[in-house]
Amino acid sequence: MTHITVTVDGVTYADQVEPRLLLVHYLREVVGKTGTPVGCDTSNCGACTVLMDGMSVKSCAVLAVQADGSDVTTIEGLSNGELHPVQRAFHEEHALQCGYCTPGMIMAAADLLRDNPHPTDEQIRDGLEGNLCRCTGYENIVRAVRRAAGTGV
Amino acid sequence: MTATTEAPAAELGRARLRKEDARLITGQTRWTDNITQPGLLQIAFLRSPYAHAKIKNVDVSGALQQPGVIAAFSGADFAAEQGSLPCAWPVTPDIVIPPHPPMAVDEVRYVGEAVAVVVARDKYEAADALAAIDVEYEPLPPVLDMRAALEPGSPKVHDAGNKSYEWVFANGDVDAAFRDAPVVVERTYRQQRLIPCAIEPRAVVASWIGEELTLWSATQIPHVLRFALSAFFGIPEQDIRVIAPDVGGGFGSKLQVTAEEVLAVLISRRVGKPVKWTETRSEGNMTIHHGRDQWQQIKIAADRDGRIRGLSVDLLADMGAYLMLVTPGVPLLGAFMFPAIYKMDAYSFKCTGVFTTKMPTDAYRGAGRPEATYAIERIMDELAVELGMEPLELRERNWIKHEEFPYTTIAGLTYDSGNYEAATAKAKELFDYDALRREQLERNARGDKVRLGIGISTFTEMCGLAPSRVLGSLSYGAGGWEHASIRMLPTGKVEVVTGSSAHGQGHETAWSQIVADQLGVPFEDIRVLHGDTQVSPKGMDTYGSRSLAVGGLALVGACDKVIAKAKVFAAAMLEASADDLEWSAGRFSVRGDPDASKTIQEIALAAFAAHGTPDGVEPSLDSDHTHDPDNFSFPHGTHLCATEVDTETGFVKIRSYVAVDDVGVVVNPLIVEGQVHGGIAQGIAQALYEEGIYDDDGNLVTTTLADYLVPSAADLPSYVTSRTETAASNRLGVKGVGEAGTIASTPAVVNAIVDALRPFGVNDITMPCTPERVWRAIQSASTSGGMA
Repeated sequence: MTHITVTVDGVTYADQVEPRLLLVHYLREVVGKTGTPVGCDTSNCGACTVLMDGMSVKSCAVLAVQADGSDVTTIEGLSNGELHPVQRAFHEEHALQCGYCTPGMIMAAADLLRDNPHPTDEQIRDGLEGNLCRCTGYENIVRAVRRAAGTGV
Repeated sequence: MTATTEAPAAELGRARLRKEDARLITGQTRWTDNITQPGLLQIAFLRSPYAHAKIKNVDVSGALQQPGVIAAFSGADFAAEQGSLPCAWPVTPDIVIPPHPPMAVDEVRYVGEAVAVVVARDKYEAADALAAIDVEYEPLPPVLDMRAALEPGSPKVHDAGNKSYEWVFANGDVDAAFRDAPVVVERTYRQQRLIPCAIEPRAVVASWIGEELTLWSATQIPHVLRFALSAFFGIPEQDIRVIAPDVGGGFGSKLQVTAEEVLAVLISRRVGKPVKWTETRSEGNMTIHHGRDQWQQIKIAADRDGRIRGLSVDLLADMGAYLMLVTPGVPLLGAFMFPAIYKMDAYSFKCTGVFTTKMPTDAYRGAGRPEATYAIERIMDELAVELGMEPLELRERNWIKHEEFPYTTIAGLTYDSGNYEAATAKAKELFDYDALRREQLERNARGDKVRLGIGISTFTEMCGLAPSRVLGSLSYGAGGWEHASIRMLPTGKVEVVTGSSAHGQGHETAWSQIVADQLGVPFEDIRVLHGDTQVSPKGMDTYGSRSLAVGGLALVGACDKVIAKAKVFAAAMLEASADDLEWSAGRFSVRGDPDASKTIQEIALAAFAAHGTPDGVEPSLDSDHTHDPDNFSFPHGTHLCATEVDTETGFVKIRSYVAVDDVGVVVNPLIVEGQVHGGIAQGIAQALYEEGIYDDDGNLVTTTLADYLVPSAADLPSYVTSRTETAASNRLGVKGVGEAGTIASTPAVVNAIVDALRPFGVNDITMPCTPERVWRAIQSASTSGGMA
């Protein structure tokens, strides 16, 4: 077991974890952040995307021990009292149906807009290539990211 | 109390933002995998690495020595109680329905079939312990090709042989239609095997407290599952509560009674603790039921002027290793759709269900109708080429004209409504059809290496499953009604209980809109409850684009009953005769005295207090209603796709996609548009990207999302969507919408690719149309006459 200290959504946690424990399982099962779901086991779907020290990562592709000393933001910590512009845009553009990919898609979109505040549609599509949605056909996701960009993230 | 509520604006047709979103965009979700219980144990399955083998011995003793392992079992441990997974659709009297034990006992018949299970404290320990289980197999020959499976001497999947059933339908004189027909076109199309890939993997939690079972499952069908657990596995129905909490997509794949659900129930009972199973994606790709997988032989006869004389279809449908809930019926839903929107003199259909040593197939978005629509829309293009006609002109020559509805098709369905002319005209305009045709000719003339193709799909489909009597005539095991309850709360708020079980469709929003209009109460005052058999005891669940067309009508019936009950109270409260009351916008008024009125909220409070309940009247406004539809619902539309095909690389780019759908009256245009978008994407995915592939030994090689190519945003185009609105003949005028896009888009895309390559002599490309296949089709067209 390895000792780690991780800040998740503003709260610092100190835990003993198995070296093989995935960050997503640490978040879900140790910290209780079930807002971050698991969609695949090969880092293809992106449902588990969180921000680690401000950068988006697929938390199924990170070991909990690699997050030692990091500041992690999940979908549960993205809004600060009021909805984050990307969350609000996803609602307003009907950019989610079942909602399972949504936490990862929103986190990836937030990171995309941090990197490129005014992306073209093509840049949005390329930027979200690592996040799969089976419901929306992506049309409204692209619209939502465009809307969030317009509101200034 | 005086009336304070303003009559709300009509809700039907409003683009209401969804009530569901608040929790989904903030991570406050209730996926089954999030469920915890005191003492919860995790289970992991050991699965067969062989497509076909005898099980000689299973030794789980090694697993029991591993840390954290509470129990381990083989199929033999459950042999006495696990029974057989149900098939609810015995399509012919002589159908072969082999026993399907949830955990294999003597023989495995596909890679991934469960052979043993470990119960452990956590999922890592459970997965570790699987390696300590020893299974002795005696490999048997796999059966992987449907056509070879039917040849004499083929290895057998089951002792009874590899044919499950043969189902036939015929109407009109087919021989006469083909005899002396000036033009006959015959083609064989391949519907590749697809894997549904809802983004939420399946998960199940089973918990017994005494004799009471609670089962949480990522399922589309909590009600059907509860019935099945009782009817087929001997658990008293009244002791079972099934909960489908937030469910992350289904597309048919969660319309199933699965081995894992049944085994979780049995294992939890055996170990006396709640248990959870959550599949990994690779486990899911192997063991969630697959879709499509047919060979379609289709033959069409026409007169020289393009009039269709007859159609003949001969299908081979891969059942996989077993028949699951509706496996054999799926291709037969297509039987009625091959004639599509076209008039003809005669039609014959035959389907042979074939066993192979692969994962069973079952319902996947569209279930039978996408397959049929693909074949007819593809061969219409081929017929147009043969006749030298414009493909849209050929379609118009044959389709049912708007003034001819209701129209009974050669397949025996009565289409209640439609306007193919209107949808097509609108689609052509949005697409700029004539300009694209001109550009296509120009590119062809100058020998452009990137060719332009235009694909047409003038589709219809049958959905809103379904009139119970029709299902009965097709030997289906259940009815097709839907149930709704309305509970008028004393404070004037409303609880709506629906038997539909949404998993992304937005029922909480759309049902609120319908009830708001019917009862004249604010949208915000309504809460929709679903997905828990203790809250919603009666239902037929969500699949087959049925929820609005059947469940929505059940809501209207339940609202009627509330209003009828309220009228009695209103008459007493207003000291008027019920005959003098008028109902409008949530209020009963005395005719000619508009100041004398009571709102439904006031009446609800009065019924709750019950002080002035008229004699002989029940002090309640609550109601239940079960709606059984008279007919299916027949959405239709015209989808047009323009592709640019690079003839040097085989790469296909969708340049534009226009979808004009007619789904009748629209409750919420945002939700409808979203359903169309997602449907189109799934159909494009079949055309261009996805295929579930088994190797020669029967191993699934597309177990991950790196191998099974669910498209990303970067792989898909932007869609132009629009609607025409031809009201269906039900009280709301609504049709289903969930599957329309998927049904329409696959042939639109492939027709466009073939259209682009027609000058090279290409007349077919097998799906998915990967760059390699497209390139090879071009290369071989000159030597093989165009088939690839």
